[in-house]
Amino acid sequence: MTAGRVALRVAAGLALGFILLPLVLVSWLSFFRDDVVVFPPSGYTLRWFRAILDQRNFVDGFVTSLEVGVFAMLAGLALGVPASLCLARYRFRGRESLGLLLLTPLVVPGVVAGTAIYVFQVETEILTHLPLVASLPGLVLAHVVITIPWTVRLVSASLTGFDRTVEEAAQNLGAGPWTTFRRVTLPLIRPGVVAAALFGFVISFGNLEMTLFLIGPGRTTLPIAILQYLEWRIDPVIAAVSLLQILVIGAAMVATDRYVKLARVL
Amino acid sequence: MARIELEAVSKRYGDFHAVRDFSIKIDQGELVVLLGPSGCGKTTTLRMIAGFVPVTSGRIRLGGRDVTGLPAHRRNTGLVFQGYALFPHLTAAENIAFGLEMRGLPDAVVREKVASALRLVRLDDLGDRLPRQLSGGQQQRVALARALVIEPDALLLDEPLSNLDAKLREEVRVEIRQLQRALGLTTVMVTHDQDEALAMADRLVVMSAGAIQQIGTQRELYEHPSNRFVAGFVGRTNFLSGELVEPGVFRSDGGLTLRYDGRSALSGGVASIGRMSGARRALALRPERLALGASADPARSNHVAGTVEFASYLGAMIEYYVRLSSGETLRVHAPNTGAAGDRAWALGETVHVSWPVEVGLVLEDEHHPEEEHR
Repeated sequence: MTAGRVALRVAAGLALGFILLPLVLVSWLSFFRDDVVVFPPSGYTLRWFRAILDQRNFVDGFVTSLEVGVFAMLAGLALGVPASLCLARYRFRGRESLGLLLLTPLVVPGVVAGTAIYVFQVETEILTHLPLVASLPGLVLAHVVITIPWTVRLVSASLTGFDRTVEEAAQNLGAGPWTTFRRVTLPLIRPGVVAAALFGFVISFGNLEMTLFLIGPGRTTLPIAILQYLEWRIDPVIAAVSLLQILVIGAAMVATDRYVKLARVL
Repeated sequence: MARIELEAVSKRYGDFHAVRDFSIKIDQGELVVLLGPSGCGKTTTLRMIAGFVPVTSGRIRLGGRDVTGLPAHRRNTGLVFQGYALFPHLTAAENIAFGLEMRGLPDAVVREKVASALRLVRLDDLGDRLPRQLSGGQQQRVALARALVIEPDALLLDEPLSNLDAKLREEVRVEIRQLQRALGLTTVMVTHDQDEALAMADRLVVMSAGAIQQIGTQRELYEHPSNRFVAGFVGRTNFLSGELVEPGVFRSDGGLTLRYDGRSALSGGVASIGRMSGARRALALRPERLALGASADPARSNHVAGTVEFASYLGAMIEYYVRLSSGETLRVHAPNTGAAGDRAWALGETVHVSWPVEVGLVLEDEHHPEEEHR
């Protein structure tokens, strides 16, 4: 092995360690027996995981995050897939600008987006009397904004190099536009759509900064519940919750990967 | 199955005429080939019949039914795409079943028809394979079966052989032709390959720059090309530019005075002989109809001396480039019969090229830019 290859492997190993270290530490911490985090621990226990259930905030937050994540993911697909098809297939004025616009939520800081959406929702509520602020639909609407860029990016990627003659073949054989989409186009871009669903969900599930502005009394998401808990105390319950969150997302990725190879889509 | 009828069909993109004034009636069971260089409008014409390109003007009828305004999925044509366009996520059998399912046939009927279609293209055992697990030739047969099984009013073939290697190509073209005949399918095929077109067609349509140059059988196009483009595109031809002196006498730019059959009404140039003075003409001479000799052949009315400039041994014949005394060049194909009288000519040797009057065809000398493609 040449020196160059060794250096490359060392660099790759370091980078991987850098990414994994916090995850490993958090996981380890969640089993510490002591009430306050001390090092080294005096022993190990599983009681923090049971303690999670005593915290209503965590349980409710988890359920809310799940609901918001699923709805935002579905709405993101419903808007992002047609948008990607239009961007990939039609030449129209402002096409490139539209493509950029759909990706901008990626670069707008969450705090800014959160403030803006909060003000927008308050104003809308004043005008229309729709109960939007701190409601589940309000949260979902906001989260759609951050799931769309991922949907558009991943679905667009699966549409580049898409051979449209197979769609013509379907039409030639008697399939109308909708049947052609359902029987031919959708199955062929499925990897991109599945990856978009996964990332939409993960991004929504883990969002903190933007969501901070949009929750209200009695409705909180898991990341915010964790933050609120941290304001009062630091004990291994936090580590246990985090480990569970990591496991949920990890499980989603592993499950998805069995269905479509994520490495090939991303 | 029914006739295909195009009536003054045109396609314009802005100022660009992709196809102009295309009219043809294709009989039941007939195979018509659209032949021409790339960009001549042949594929656009095929796509207009299939319904993928809307016509700018004109009518299209399939089996007496006016389909001009119908979308592609209501036209009942069977198109074999150049790249086959098989559904990559469906097996061969599912690909073939697709069109039948769209027609709402019951499962049992679909299964039966798919099985017989697979048998027809000799893929009985490969129905469960995905397209990527099939060879190019097999994919091509799946595409053909998929188009045939729906019993289309028109079978449309878009360069169906261009993705196959040379050996397979000849096999498949015989297969397609036999199937098409056996099933009596009215067929339009597009190709830029002259050999393919000549081997498969009942009739050919030679196209250039969006317009039909000539419609006819192989023999009609070869023996009586209506213009210089057709003569150059179908088979090989020598062209000598020049003008007519009087009916039956042609003078080339190099100063040769040559005789042709001036009474023949067959060549497109003849009609306009009346206003012949000064008009540019080309004398077309097929290379296999010219003979080489050591001395002038008095039995033939045209003989010109020249020197052998280049020779290629092509097996069935030897191709000579002869530089004439006038400076012009003629390509001559000498059959390689193996007879004792045959002689090979060496480079630089002086030869006499001779031919009888009926070989020469006088055509309008419109030099066609697209001829360079050949």
